[in-house]
Amino acid sequence: MSSRTLPLLFINLGGEMLYILDQRLRAQNIPADKAKKVSTIAAWIEEDRKRVMNDIITTMFNKKFLEELFKPQELYSKKALRTVFDRLAHASIMRLNQASMDKLYDLMTMAFKYQVLLCPRPKDILLVSFNHMDAIKDFVKDTPSILSQVDETYRQLIEMYTPLSSGEFQLIRQTLLIFFQDMHIRVSIFLKDKVQNSNGRFVLPTSGSVPHGTQVPGLIRIFSCTGEELTRQQFNNGGNYNAALREGSFEIFGDRVTKLGTNMYSVSRPVETHMSGTSKNSAQHTKVSAAPNPLAKEELNLLARLMGGLEVEKPGNTDSGFRVNLFATDEEEEEALISRPDELSYGVINIQATKDQQANAELAKIMGEFTESGDQSPGASSKGDDLLAMMDGL
Amino acid sequence: MYHKEKSIQIKNSASALYNNLGVLRIAPRRLTYFTVVHANVVNMISASWDGLNYSHRQLQSKEPNVATSTSLIMQAAFCALPSRDLLVVTSQKGIQMYESDGSIMVYWHALDTPETPTGVSSGAILVFDVPSKGSNITLSEVLEEHKESITDMASECSGSQECIANLVTADDEGNLCVWKSGEEFQLLNKIPGFDMSCSSVKLWKGTVVAGYGTGQIRLYEAVTGILHAEVNAHARWIYSLDIAPFSGLLLSAAEDSLVRVWHLTMTPETNSVEVAHLHNECVTDTQICGAKFCDGDGYAFAVTGYDLSEIIRYVQS
Repeated sequence: MSSRTLPLLFINLGGEMLYILDQRLRAQNIPADKAKKVSTIAAWIEEDRKRVMNDIITTMFNKKFLEELFKPQELYSKKALRTVFDRLAHASIMRLNQASMDKLYDLMTMAFKYQVLLCPRPKDILLVSFNHMDAIKDFVKDTPSILSQVDETYRQLIEMYTPLSSGEFQLIRQTLLIFFQDMHIRVSIFLKDKVQNSNGRFVLPTSGSVPHGTQVPGLIRIFSCTGEELTRQQFNNGGNYNAALREGSFEIFGDRVTKLGTNMYSVSRPVETHMSGTSKNSAQHTKVSAAPNPLAKEELNLLARLMGGLEVEKPGNTDSGFRVNLFATDEEEEEALISRPDELSYGVINIQATKDQQANAELAKIMGEFTESGDQSPGASSKGDDLLAMMDGL
Repeated sequence: MYHKEKSIQIKNSASALYNNLGVLRIAPRRLTYFTVVHANVVNMISASWDGLNYSHRQLQSKEPNVATSTSLIMQAAFCALPSRDLLVVTSQKGIQMYESDGSIMVYWHALDTPETPTGVSSGAILVFDVPSKGSNITLSEVLEEHKESITDMASECSGSQECIANLVTADDEGNLCVWKSGEEFQLLNKIPGFDMSCSSVKLWKGTVVAGYGTGQIRLYEAVTGILHAEVNAHARWIYSLDIAPFSGLLLSAAEDSLVRVWHLTMTPETNSVEVAHLHNECVTDTQICGAKFCDGDGYAFAVTGYDLSEIIRYVQS
C-alpha cells in the first residue's frame, strides 16, 4: 500500500480536531467583562481560546515533527495514531477527560472517513487537505511565526503530492480506507444532514456532478478500423448525474471548489456521537488489529519527537478549570466513559505527564535517551522496546 | 433481468481493492469457492450449489515458518490452469500460491524489499512454471515492459487459431501489453494509455476489454490495438470487470454503487464489435470493489463492496 499516506491522514485529522475544539471553546465562552467579575470561575475568554489554538497548531507544524511525518513509511496503527493525537490535544493549557478525548477522536475519524469516501476523484483528497490547511492558516493569521510554519507545510504538500498520478492517489485512498475499515460511529450532525444512515453507513448518492475528467455515463460509441465513429447509442445510467464542475486549485492560494474538508461545525450545532448499535460492527476491526505490530517502534519515534519538544506541564493545572467538555454536561461526560462499549476502546495509554509522579520521572528519563541518541543507532531498538513496554505497563 | 438472491455472509468486510472477489466453480463437487480480501486476510467461503452448506476459512499472507507480522494483501485470484487450479495471493511482502481450496500453501515467492519502501511495484511481470501436481513451482521469466505498477492481467486459453494473443497486462498509467505465451513470452502489442489507471482488464475472443479510473470502458483489438468501442460506463472509478465467455456477457462495477451488465457481439467478418447495455443493479450506499460471474454463461453473478460483510448474489430471472 502507499507509503505516502501518513502526512495526509495526520493533517486532515488534525484539521478536524481544530474545528471541533474551536467550536467547543467558543461554546464554553464567557465574554471578557463577565469573566472579570467572577474571577474564581474558570472560563474561556477570547485570549485563552486563541492561545490554545496557537499552541496546538505550533506543535502540529513543528519542524522536526513534520520531517518525521513526511518520510515515506507505513501508516501507523490506530493505537499509535490515537496516542499522538492525545498528546497533541494536550499541547496547551486545555485539558480533556478520557470520555471527551474518545468522543473527539471518534468525530475526527468519522469526519475524515466521510471526506475520503465522498471525494469524487482520489486526487481530490489533496483538495480536502488544502481546505483544512486554509482553515488552519486562518486560525493563526495574526501570528506570523506560526504562519510561516504553516506556509512551509503547504510547500511540502505541494512538492510531495502534486506530481503523483491518479493511480498513486487511488492507492493512498485505498490505504486510508483500510485504516477506516468497519468504523460506523454515528455522528449526529451527519445524521441530521442525512449524509449518514442510522446504521452508521454514509450515503453515497447516485446523482450530482461527475468527477473532473469523467463523462456523464450513458454513451456507447462504436468505431471503424480507421478510427471513424460509426454509431453512438445512449443507455439509461440509473442515476441523475450532471457534468463535472471546474477543477479546484492545487496551489497555496486558490478556490478548492469542493466543500469537503471545510468547517461544518458552528457554535449553534452541537457535536454528538451515538454509541449504541455500533458495537457489532466494531468487533470485526479489533480482530484484525490483534496481531503484534513490529513497526510500533518507528511510530514511537514520532511520538517521542512530539513529546520531546514540549515542556512538561506543572501539576497545578489539572484543577484550574481549563478543561474542555465535548458533552453538554459533566454528568453526560462521566456517563459516556462508563457506558462506552469495550470494543470501541482505543486502548490508549494515558500519558498525562501532570499526574503520576513515577510515570513522569520514567517518561522524562526515556525522553532524554531519545533526544540524546538521535535516530536509528543499533542501541535504539532496545530503547524503543523500553518505551513500548513502558507504555504497555502504564 | 436479474434478481437478488440470498447473500453469503463473510467473517470480515471487504477492503477497497481492485477486483476484490475471486470465484471458482467446482462442478464435480457442486461447489463454488469465493475469496474476499480484508486487509491482511483472505476470506475463503465454500458454498454448495443447493445453498445448504457453507464453510469458511481464512488465510493470512506471511512467509512460511517466519513469525513476523503479516502484510497487506493486494489481490487474491484463482488461476485455472489446464491441469490444476491454484489460488494466488499477492501482498506487499510476496506472492503465495495455495491449492484451490486454500488448504496447503504450495509456493512462496518473496519480493525484494527496496531500501525505501515505496509500496508500489516496479511493473515487472513474474512468470512461473507450475507442474500439474506438487509444489515444484519455479520462476521461469520476468517480463519487464511496464514502467508503472501492474493493476490487473487477463488471459484466454482458447484453442482457436484466430486467437493468437493469450495474455494482456494493464498498469497504473493505463498502458496495456498484449503477449503470446510459449517457451518464452512474446510481446505482441503495446496499447498506450492516456495517463489514467486501468484498474481491470479482460481478454475475450482476441478483444481486450479495459476499465479505467475515469469510469470508461474501452474495447481494443488485442493484436492491432485498434479501438473498437468506448463506453462512458460509470460515474466513478471502475473496480472490476468480468466476462462470461460462453454468452459474451460483460459485467462492470464501480465506486458509484452500480453494477452493469452488457452484451458483447463480435463479428469477425467485418472485424467489428457491438456493445449493448442490458441491465443495472444499484448496491445502495456501497462502493463496489468486486464483481464476478459465477458461471461461464453469466446466469448468476456475485458482488462485494467496501465495508460490506457479505457477498451479494444475483441470478437471472
